[in-house]
Amino acid sequence: MRKGYFGDFGGRFAPELLMPPLLELEEAMDRIMTSAAFQEEFTNLLRHYVGRPTALYRCDNLSKELDFGLWLKREDLAHTGAHKINNTVGQALLAKHMGKTRLVAETGAGQHGVATATAAALLGLECIVYMGATDVVRQAHNVQRMELLGAQVRPVQSGSQTLKDAINAAMRHWIAKQADTHYCLGSAVGPHPFPLLVRELQSIIGREALEQFQSRTGKLPEQVVACVGGGSNAIGMFHAFVTHRQTALVGVEAAGEGSVDCFHSATLNKGTPGVLHGCKTKLLQTADGQIMPSHSLAPGLDYPGVGPEHAHLQAQGRAKYVSVTDSQALKAFLRLAKTEGILAALESSHALAHVLSLAQTLPVSTDVVVCLSGRGDKDLGIVREALRKG
Amino acid sequence: MTINTLTEKIHKALSLGRKALMPYLPAGYPDKDAFWRHIADLDHSGADIIEIGVPFSDPVADGTIVEQAALRCLEQGVNLQWILDELAMRRSSIRAGIVLMGYMNPFLQFGLERLAATASRIGVNGLIIADLPLEEALDIRKLFRECGIALISLVGLNTSAERLRLYARRSEGFVYFVSVMGVTGERDALPMELQNALRKAREIFSIPLALGFGLHSPAQLTKINDAVDGVVMGSSLIRHIQESGGIDGFLTPWTSKQAG
Repeated sequence: MRKGYFGDFGGRFAPELLMPPLLELEEAMDRIMTSAAFQEEFTNLLRHYVGRPTALYRCDNLSKELDFGLWLKREDLAHTGAHKINNTVGQALLAKHMGKTRLVAETGAGQHGVATATAAALLGLECIVYMGATDVVRQAHNVQRMELLGAQVRPVQSGSQTLKDAINAAMRHWIAKQADTHYCLGSAVGPHPFPLLVRELQSIIGREALEQFQSRTGKLPEQVVACVGGGSNAIGMFHAFVTHRQTALVGVEAAGEGSVDCFHSATLNKGTPGVLHGCKTKLLQTADGQIMPSHSLAPGLDYPGVGPEHAHLQAQGRAKYVSVTDSQALKAFLRLAKTEGILAALESSHALAHVLSLAQTLPVSTDVVVCLSGRGDKDLGIVREALRKG
Repeated sequence: MTINTLTEKIHKALSLGRKALMPYLPAGYPDKDAFWRHIADLDHSGADIIEIGVPFSDPVADGTIVEQAALRCLEQGVNLQWILDELAMRRSSIRAGIVLMGYMNPFLQFGLERLAATASRIGVNGLIIADLPLEEALDIRKLFRECGIALISLVGLNTSAERLRLYARRSEGFVYFVSVMGVTGERDALPMELQNALRKAREIFSIPLALGFGLHSPAQLTKINDAVDGVVMGSSLIRHIQESGGIDGFLTPWTSKQAG
């Protein structure tokens, strides 16, 4: 396999001015992240600060209704309420070891921005977060959280003023300030080595889930399911299982409103190969190669690209990618809340919705583990609005 | 047309006692008709190489002025096919060398082999892909070279001597030196370290060296005059068009002898 590639996908399509910091980061991954000192410090932070291992919970009530076993890997119980913190604490620690004094990050809805601001505060780093101007208005409470954590939030006025433009702005910032700044990219996307780095830091999710499941049941789950926007919780969940071929891997994308022409974020299902934000992957794009706007009720799935390793797992047939509409995700959100007492993030509710659709279709002995990537408190406004519209 | 056409254009300008002038304009800016008038005017007023920007929705190496101009072009329906069709009709009347400058994805979706064949037939002399560094460019460089089109390399202040040498071994046409650690857009002052960096690049490359990003006035070259063979002006040209409605006078400060 070519360096930095997953099959045909990945690579490093970045301006030459970004090559030195990308090579520096790659070197730091090899040298610093593999060291015993880094690993010990990181493991300690994950345990005592992030709150790992997160629980693996068997949903007894829902399992009864579904006629198979439903398990949740509870990333919503991690500090800041989502899996994002695994990545930001790891990258912030790496940045500190590299001698960087500042983190720059992009954020869509604000979850990765909050997680970056948190890790920066913890490790004494400055933090600048680029956020699309539209998102700054839509997600005002997350802007406030980031500011309380000491980060500077910079609204991005260019392009569609959403996540993809925030990534452009963060990359531009990094070009100019690379000497003292680390770009803390929030998903398993971007130029090499980011997809690898983010997978490395998120793969704790799947390692824990595999071990927890095995020690309680003595077997492997038949299916592992996770939502996919950029795909960091999914690649983190899948990675430990990839070599265990008896476990099916299922990624769930956002089909948006579900009609044929509407905007959605189902990149792997409906996209085509191309190059965006430094990597070759599947994209929502026009025939001319212009990037199209994406949409999802779940802000964290709203991205017109996807991590290159997912494109590869799909091409190989190792993972299957399906899609779920806004309204299916909303129903799953409500059902989990009422039957299990858990408010899941709308992103994670997509993964759950797919599994709920399998009710009565699987053998009773089947066990399905869903990555519950985040908590739903952040989505109450969206849910209220969606319910009002009916 | 050969792979050396761009090099020859630059040498010709130098032999006239001035820098090679390389204006950049996004295709279809400010509108589809005016664009080709501006290209003709630039050609008549002394441009040696004209860089036609191929607009992309996510131009990560560009500042606000170029990005906004590119988005405006996209809104008007500009795409690579339109650029090549229109250029094909006009190429014989343009004396300057022609370079297409853009980002990987629109080129990739058009089809690289189809692009190489079409561009070669039309008389495009070079291609600049802002998000295609050395390691990803190997096959593409070969493809275009075989069609007589130079894939222009971009290097900058943070490019090590080792990487400069790797680029030098593979590059043709000219090398595009990015003057600042940042994106396109006019700057009042160029960085202090530019002088040394250019000297280093000069020793390593045998092909001409063009400076771009941030340029708006020959005065900016005072300390680095000897190290530069050509100058690229993009954002300053867009601003000039915005302010005056045309390109009259834009190249004048650069065509006088003292700028060379």
